[in-house]
Amino acid sequence: MPDSVLSATDLRKIYGDTVAVDGVSFHVGRNEIVGLLGPNGAGKTTTINMILGVLEPTSGRIVIEGVDIAAHRLAALGGTNFAAVYAPLPGNLTVAQNLRIFGLIYGVRDVAARTEALLDQFELAGFRNMKSGALSSGEQTRLSLAKALLNRPHLLLLDEPTASLDPASARDIRGSIREFAARGEGGVLWTSHNMYEVEEVCQRVLFLSHGRILLEGDPRSLPREHGKATLEELFIAVAREPLSLERS
Amino acid sequence: MRLRRVAAIVLRQFYLLRGSPARVLPLFAWVAIDIVLWGFITKYLNAVAASGLNFTATLLGAVLLWDFLVRVMQGVTTAFLEDVWSRNFLNLFAAPLAISEYVCGLVLSSIATSSIGLVIMLVLATGVFGLSFFSYGMMLVPFLAVLFLFGIALGIVGSAVVLRLGPAAEWFIWPIPAMLSPFAGVFYPLSTLPRWMQYIGRFLPASYVFEGMRKAIAGEAFSPYLLVLGACLAAADVVLASWLFVRVHRYTVRTGLIARYSAESLG
Repeated sequence: MPDSVLSATDLRKIYGDTVAVDGVSFHVGRNEIVGLLGPNGAGKTTTINMILGVLEPTSGRIVIEGVDIAAHRLAALGGTNFAAVYAPLPGNLTVAQNLRIFGLIYGVRDVAARTEALLDQFELAGFRNMKSGALSSGEQTRLSLAKALLNRPHLLLLDEPTASLDPASARDIRGSIREFAARGEGGVLWTSHNMYEVEEVCQRVLFLSHGRILLEGDPRSLPREHGKATLEELFIAVAREPLSLERS
Repeated sequence: MRLRRVAAIVLRQFYLLRGSPARVLPLFAWVAIDIVLWGFITKYLNAVAASGLNFTATLLGAVLLWDFLVRVMQGVTTAFLEDVWSRNFLNLFAAPLAISEYVCGLVLSSIATSSIGLVIMLVLATGVFGLSFFSYGMMLVPFLAVLFLFGIALGIVGSAVVLRLGPAAEWFIWPIPAMLSPFAGVFYPLSTLPRWMQYIGRFLPASYVFEGMRKAIAGEAFSPYLLVLGACLAAADVVLASWLFVRVHRYTVRTGLIARYSAESLG
């Protein structure tokens, strides 16, 4: 897969007797937005945590831009970034301070200029000196996304990035991420429970259930291929009757 | 090691201190209170005791040096706890930040914060209570260096304990200096202790500093070999503490604890 920004091969994570991720293999191509879908507890966040290097796989291999994360963690993570609702930036620092600190950690060259550009892009300029913890949840989400784009990552991991946004802000964010994937050199792995959003944004989706990839394909044609009218119906089927889909 | 990443960790502490009097005050308030309290105690003892012993140099000097060690340790642990309190681990450890860079940032933060406490203590102890550091001679620099290294080691161990056991374990690390002080012979020679306590004391680098301090004040010879031994022990403690932190970090990554840190355990 020469033009993959992410390649995961036979990933497996076992906690005691519980298999959280069971032999998952997939890739994310350059300029591609891939949706990682599945019910709660399917293994999406576990998979993302393994790609981020904060969770060691029991077995399997993760390669980011040709770099094996197990062997060269810092090099692999240098071109990666993420935003997740469960990982807000420290609330006791201001918006600008947070971006400056993470800009330094991610090795961004002109941190000040990059911070200004992202403050403008995510309409945070008016909040630059406000403590991040005092922002609304939607503003905090925009800040997390600004941090996620600081280093112009080649691999962007987004775990329910629009979960706390109003519809207008969510549409703007989707636009920003699509522009990022189309114009830059990066690929995006996106988890969401909003199937309308997934259809609009993702070129390809992977359905996870009980730690395994059950289905893979174009979110616009996949429902029909499995006898469902919409992606949401397919999602519900995956959540409730994964075995019937596995056989189909 | 990238200096910019280390600088980011230090900068975070600077921002937090700059914007928060509640963080600045403890840097000097408690040590200042200690020095004032012990300053008057030693003044009183000098007035009533007929032993001829200079209590200001022995007791007040010991308090100052011990408080310096405690400030160094707490400088590391408090900087680490800021990341615990703000649930920042996922952001930090999913970034291209080496553990050595992170720990180095914590240590540099501690140098800055403990220096503030040291200066305040020196000003009060010398200016108000007449403590003369000339009585320690040139030994003061190695004394401080050994205590600094040992404080760093204790701070890293404390951070590793909290990383392994979860946020509630911070209550384990605050009493560490108080638990060690009886063994380190801060206020009395090690020979005062029962033999089993002396054995433990000999493994503590700080005990060599306080033995040396008392001998220097009494004008007795103190073997530089013992101070070198203390320095070697302190350096070894820093290496061991760093090794422990790395091991604990690996454990948390292997078990998934770091990704679900607020859960404290995955059992």
